[in-house]
Amino acid sequence: MIQISSEAGRSVARLEGEFTIYQAAESKPPLMAAIADSEELEINLAGVTEIDSAGLQLLLLAKREALRTGKSVRLVAHSEATLAVIDLLGLAGYFGDPLVLRA
Amino acid sequence: MSSNPALNEARDTFFAESREMLQVIEDTLLALESNAADDETINALFRAAHTIKGSAGLFDFERIVRFTHVVESVLQRVRDGAIRLLPPLVSLLLVCGDQIAALLAEAEADTLAKSPAPHPNTDAHGAELVAQLNDYLAPAAAGGALLRTADPIAEPVPAAHGGVASEHWHISVRFGPDVLRNGMDPLSFVRYLGSLGRLISVSTVFDGMPDAATMDPETCYLGFEIALMTDADRQTIADAFEFVRDDCALRILPPHSKLAEYVQLIAAMPEDDIRLGELLVRSGSLTEAELAAGLSAQGQRRVPGEAPPQLGEILLGQQSVEAPVLNAALDKQLRVRERVAQESRFVRVRADKLDQLINLVGELVVASAGVNLRALALKDAALQEATASLTHLVEQIRDDALQLRMVQLAETFNRFNRIVRDTARELGKEIELQIEGGDTELDKTMVEKLADPLMHLVRNAIDHGIEAPEVRAAAGKPRCGTLTLAACHDSGSIVITVRDDGAGLSRERLLKKGIERGLVAPGDQLSDSEVFNLIFAPGFSTAQTVTELSGRGVGMDVVKRNIQALRGVVSLGSEPGRGTTVTMRLPLTLAIIDGFLVGVAGAMFVVPQELVIECIEAPALDLQQDYLNLRGEVLPFLRLDQMLGSVGEPVATRNTRRSSVVVVRTGSGKAGLLVDSLHGEFHTVIKPLGKLFQNIRGVSDATILGNGEVALVLDVSALVGSAATRLQGGTVPAHGSRALAQAV
Repeated sequence: MIQISSEAGRSVARLEGEFTIYQAAESKPPLMAAIADSEELEINLAGVTEIDSAGLQLLLLAKREALRTGKSVRLVAHSEATLAVIDLLGLAGYFGDPLVLRA
Repeated sequence: MSSNPALNEARDTFFAESREMLQVIEDTLLALESNAADDETINALFRAAHTIKGSAGLFDFERIVRFTHVVESVLQRVRDGAIRLLPPLVSLLLVCGDQIAALLAEAEADTLAKSPAPHPNTDAHGAELVAQLNDYLAPAAAGGALLRTADPIAEPVPAAHGGVASEHWHISVRFGPDVLRNGMDPLSFVRYLGSLGRLISVSTVFDGMPDAATMDPETCYLGFEIALMTDADRQTIADAFEFVRDDCALRILPPHSKLAEYVQLIAAMPEDDIRLGELLVRSGSLTEAELAAGLSAQGQRRVPGEAPPQLGEILLGQQSVEAPVLNAALDKQLRVRERVAQESRFVRVRADKLDQLINLVGELVVASAGVNLRALALKDAALQEATASLTHLVEQIRDDALQLRMVQLAETFNRFNRIVRDTARELGKEIELQIEGGDTELDKTMVEKLADPLMHLVRNAIDHGIEAPEVRAAAGKPRCGTLTLAACHDSGSIVITVRDDGAGLSRERLLKKGIERGLVAPGDQLSDSEVFNLIFAPGFSTAQTVTELSGRGVGMDVVKRNIQALRGVVSLGSEPGRGTTVTMRLPLTLAIIDGFLVGVAGAMFVVPQELVIECIEAPALDLQQDYLNLRGEVLPFLRLDQMLGSVGEPVATRNTRRSSVVVVRTGSGKAGLLVDSLHGEFHTVIKPLGKLFQNIRGVSDATILGNGEVALVLDVSALVGSAATRLQGGTVPAHGSRALAQAV
């Protein structure tokens, strides 16, 4: 589930539930549109219960797309599932977002 | 190994799944014959063969692995576009599928017997097939791409440089594009590696991902450079990737590997050398200085002919499976299977558990009918209301429970693709099988019992129905005959037809044969349908030539018996020159039927509801009269009390009372049953009658009513049949009329 809202030139993409191969195909177009439509996109990961390689690829694509077009894509409010994956694959540096460390 | 119950279970699953895979292979191959091969179908073929091989390896079924490997290699060449899937190869592969099935059966038998037995026949056949398959592989052996046995884990490297400083394993992996679609998650492999030791660093490589416009979200573009500190050996690490072995490029470098090996790694991976070098430095596997030394050395010593790594370079061959490895692999297999299960939303349930559930539901239906009856007797309105809603729920449960056991006919129908193809070829005919209504659902137990009669009918149609191409062409028909298997629901029952567009049955020949066999008296006037249905008489065959397949005079009567045992009716229609259609009408399930309860001479009987057309009040009848006028139609009817020999009140006194006629459907028409009272529809659970009652005609089963009484289920077609015997006994020889009666 992906929900896009925008306020004052800034878009927020809210991901909910599973973000896996089953959602990848339907998630890509709105995510890419959100990057194209605004200068600043915040991807809120708070509701992500499961993420797999396909979901991760989309996040990587979003970040790279932003870097390429000189826009800003930030991942915020990482859920446990997303944190674990970013941690496992050593991608914190690539995304460059502040992570809230688990206690 | 065989004492481990978990392993035994896994092995059973392996057999079951491998058979499914073989079916997939067969279906796909047959589909390829009619359609052009697209990449996806060929990939599916390859994956199925690969899965069988891989899983067989886990269980040490060496013979299956060896044979399937050759098949897989050929398929790989097809996938690579080196050879094309032409009909001879398809035929060969079909035979190979049979061989794998034979090997599986033997492996299963050996496992049960706990000792491998020699199988010289299968081995010889296998060797023959391998020889044929090798013809397709021969050019590859020269090219070396396919049969390469090089071990990527330990490639010989000139000891030009010393070992590097790092103390951990370096694993470099690039996943193939289809990994995600095949239900694997690259992440899980990294996680699994983490369980083998400590992940020093993981770098994610996605340089291969195209730009946003062309990136396919379901294609895998990922690769990892992993530094792993572990005590595990090479094999254990390599086995972590067992399930993507053919779909990833994998390099594993042990601690203190030679710098040259790293250089080879850098050269082999698709990314730019510098970028990869940086990754290696970042992961701690190389120091800056080592990288610089390596890259400069590489400039001077480029290995000639070094190909980029082939997918699946880790080849089979090391099957020294240790217990922990096996468990890990099984575990992983389980996870993959879970994923697949999630994808298709299916649960595997043992059939006997379902049967037990349905039995219990049957008892529940009977019990709730009993409660209902008590409630009615007590005249307590609240209680009646409660039982009414209870009954409603029980009915729903009954319907849903039966629904669980319903399976689509497509699987049964599709099996005939192969049979039609092979048989037609054997006879030099061209036949196309068309399947209609494959999604029609039918009780599983019925489906199993349908397989044999269907087989008979299909073989008959191919052998006698459809003509040779030349004959067809001469008759102005297309050379290729069409055989149609169709299924559809019709008023509570299912209708299955086997239709061919062949020559049709010759009325004269049938009639002549019927007279020869004494089934028909020479002067009789028979309707077309009566003549055609003679074919269901025992020992009746019109085939002018007896072939390998059919025409021995057994078959159609067996078909008829089988269908009748399923409470169904079968009939045949034919048009000369246009073809023959066999129609089978069957109830949806065997366990529970909707019945219509009638009273005859003080006893209760159940008529299957799907056969009941209507109920009418019996007009004043002459005692000798056995037909009545149904809105201008002549409706023959049976006096059930006489037919069943009930000892009740004498007919004379009863005749003054109002009685009713239940109009029922028979094979080809209608008939009436004269009964004393009607008690309405009711759901009944069938209880088979014991062996003792086997020979009683006219009664098929029994059922228990809510009040505990037993009611017999009428076998309407047998009743009508025996009545026909009696009625025609005077005009035709006795055995002839019996055959006619069966054909009703």
